Amino acid sequence: MHATDTTPDEALPEDVLPTTALQEAGRLMTVCNSCRYCEGLCAVFPAMEMRRTFTSGDLNYLANLCHNCSACYYDCQFSPPHEFDVNVPRVLAEVRNESYQAYAWPPAFAGAFERNGLTISIVTALSVAAFILGFVAFRDPSVLFATHTGPGAFYRLMPHNAMALLFGLAFLYALVAMGMGLRMFWRDIKEPPETLREPPSLWQAMKDAGSLRYLDGGGVGCMNEDERPTDNRRLYHHLTFYGFMLCFAATSVATLYHYVVGREAPYYWYDLPVILGTLGGIGLLIGPVGLLVAKRKRDSVVQDEVRLGMDVAFIAMLFLTSLTGLLLLFLRETPAMGMLLAVHLGVVFSLFITMPYSKMVHGLYRFTALVRYAKERRTLAESHATAG
Amino acid sequence: MIDAKRRYDVLVIGGGNAALCAAISARRSGASVLVLEGAPKFYRGGNTRHTRNMRCAHDAATEILTGPYTEDEFWNDLLLVTKGRTDEDLARFMIHESKEMLTWITEQGVRFQPSLGGTLSLGRTNSFFLGGGRSMLNALYLTAEKLGVEVAYDAEVVGLNIDGGMFVSAVVQHEGAKLEVRAATLVAASGGFEANIEWLKASWGDVADNFLIRGTPYNRGTVLRMLLDSGVESVGDPTQCHAVAIDARAPKFDGGIITRLDCVVFGIVVNKHAQRFYDEGEDIWPKRYAIWGRLVAAQPDQIAYIVFDAKSLDLFMPSLFPPIRANSIRELGGKLGLDPEALDATVTGFNGAVQPGTFDTTKLDDCRTEGLSPPKTHWARALDTAPFYAYPVRPGITFTYLGTRVDKRACILMEGGTPSANMFAAGEIMAGNVLGQGYAAGIGMTIGSVFGRVAGREAAAHARN
Repeated sequence: MHATDTTPDEALPEDVLPTTALQEAGRLMTVCNSCRYCEGLCAVFPAMEMRRTFTSGDLNYLANLCHNCSACYYDCQFSPPHEFDVNVPRVLAEVRNESYQAYAWPPAFAGAFERNGLTISIVTALSVAAFILGFVAFRDPSVLFATHTGPGAFYRLMPHNAMALLFGLAFLYALVAMGMGLRMFWRDIKEPPETLREPPSLWQAMKDAGSLRYLDGGGVGCMNEDERPTDNRRLYHHLTFYGFMLCFAATSVATLYHYVVGREAPYYWYDLPVILGTLGGIGLLIGPVGLLVAKRKRDSVVQDEVRLGMDVAFIAMLFLTSLTGLLLLFLRETPAMGMLLAVHLGVVFSLFITMPYSKMVHGLYRFTALVRYAKERRTLAESHATAG
Repeated sequence: MIDAKRRYDVLVIGGGNAALCAAISARRSGASVLVLEGAPKFYRGGNTRHTRNMRCAHDAATEILTGPYTEDEFWNDLLLVTKGRTDEDLARFMIHESKEMLTWITEQGVRFQPSLGGTLSLGRTNSFFLGGGRSMLNALYLTAEKLGVEVAYDAEVVGLNIDGGMFVSAVVQHEGAKLEVRAATLVAASGGFEANIEWLKASWGDVADNFLIRGTPYNRGTVLRMLLDSGVESVGDPTQCHAVAIDARAPKFDGGIITRLDCVVFGIVVNKHAQRFYDEGEDIWPKRYAIWGRLVAAQPDQIAYIVFDAKSLDLFMPSLFPPIRANSIRELGGKLGLDPEALDATVTGFNGAVQPGTFDTTKLDDCRTEGLSPPKTHWARALDTAPFYAYPVRPGITFTYLGTRVDKRACILMEGGTPSANMFAAGEIMAGNVLGQGYAAGIGMTIGSVFGRVAGREAAAHARN
């Protein structure tokens, strides 16, 4: 007998994984768990070592824990062209992207992830068009192209309460839909809901996510084009994320101004909402451009090439949000203000309602995966401590 | 990339840890350096690709090492594994130099981490590379390139012009042409000959056809052969190689770490006639790991089967291929292509000989057989819990011992003991100087780094004179 004659069905796990990507991820985790050389690079491999067999829930958890720094690909002695064909960043990216679709709520909208770039472009175009038409329909076109200045200038085009209601509802919808997605994710990985209420795990995850600790290739920086590390993606992601948060803070402060202090937009350039929004907006211009350039240069072998459209669409939406917002700020005292406001509101509205069906969800699933990882690490450390 | 018109200060043949340490140290000493790596870029680095740690002496615990490991303790460990087959002077020199290596190699960009999951026994003595051997290589290549070391891949050295112990030039097969490369000095860091089956057969006979090679197919020993044929003194036993029992389903070459199996001590090992042939529980696994390649090589058709039951499935590190599984020993025998009755008889005999005891994987326990030949002296538990499992195993060759004799300057010695005028050696090609037999984890990387660094420095100094 030749030992190599062993029938292939021996190699199949007990419960067959539902998709090709999950099956490949299951194969890879078995390879990686036999090696473990990468365990110092990020959170994925230590989490993998806590398991010996991998269900689809386990793999979805690991996939969402992966930040795609790609160090493990270039450090792996078995990556292609080796016959073991170990490509963890790409396969986990595929599993992760499939998981976004699987968790989408309502499930009827899951198809939005299929051709995500196209879907988001269409929704955005329709949204912008609706705002322009709305302004024209509800107001005299001359109002749209007139120059408005002073407090309440924007609200001559759209009443503040209408704006607040519309965007409040859109944002609420996004929150509910993403909350339902998170519920699906949490059930899939079989983690009790209480984990999300543990302060130490939450705090650890906030530190890890806030610093993008696992996008640093284990300390030298993530890898993008080849085995030479760079830290560009982390830098640009920071600009994007913190830029976004500043813009969000600007809107929140402005809302408080409006309802609590009774001061109406537009505000002076030295006012807090404008300063926050401008700083955030600049970050949200440079960050996405940097991420897009990095993505363009990126070694295609470590990417989920089929779903690049989703990444590009989301980055583009953030960029457009910022660009239209800043243009509105600079040209608000000209006749262009009306159109710019319509375009900006259209883009932001689209960003809100497509949020649960866009790359935005990566932040939610990755952050919560980090919460679970923090808990697992702590439990493991405690069990080692009691074991002596 | 290769400039045939130029005369380099230092020509380094090879592309692994020893070669890169030599190239970096020579370049840092001011020499112009060309590295010729016979493999394509992906496979650069030979066995270094598959390594994970390095054994260095240190006087105190560090961030990654759990306690001190003195020079004397290192020396005693080396004495133990080689059974005295080592050059004390050279070995003690290497151990002393290894202390500085942890700092030096970190300065070259290599990063360390505490010992990996499942390797706690090495946490005090061995420094693990963050990201493994290929990550370490990537760091060294990056540093070398930044310093201005020239590197050519797919550049196999097919000829050496050596005149009375003095290196003159090398003939390189590169990009479809043969080039002659001249250099003032040579550093041979091109590894052993474990991937050269014909050469292995010269010592082992046809059984070597059934050996699996754990590293790349590029370790063919071409340069070692040419050096030995040019009057260089050899060191080490030509018939010796580091051989472990690995999964028989592994590819012929480059299966690396993930095809190893750590479950021998938990079951029994039988040959193709379903007969046991050695005490599986002789000693703790890290101490017996490296004898099983040779044991399996001595069995008919160089194949054996590790058989264990459900009780032991999760007691050892997982490996690439799942075990073959069956609900009875007879069925397992059938799946393995063994005589089911014979396997059943062997297991029944073994089970009957198992004495009561307290099973403990952390020490040499008292679970043993009585009246069985060969006995199993520890961790013997009856194979009685279905499902039953088996791994087929074959000898997996890690590296060879035959090499070139060197002195403390890493200078190659010619037959009769006179140092060569301008030839140096580092790494596996001269490991036999320190390691006459046996192995201790991480020592190959110590040999490579220490003698690589010395060889580069000495070659650069020689080239300047």
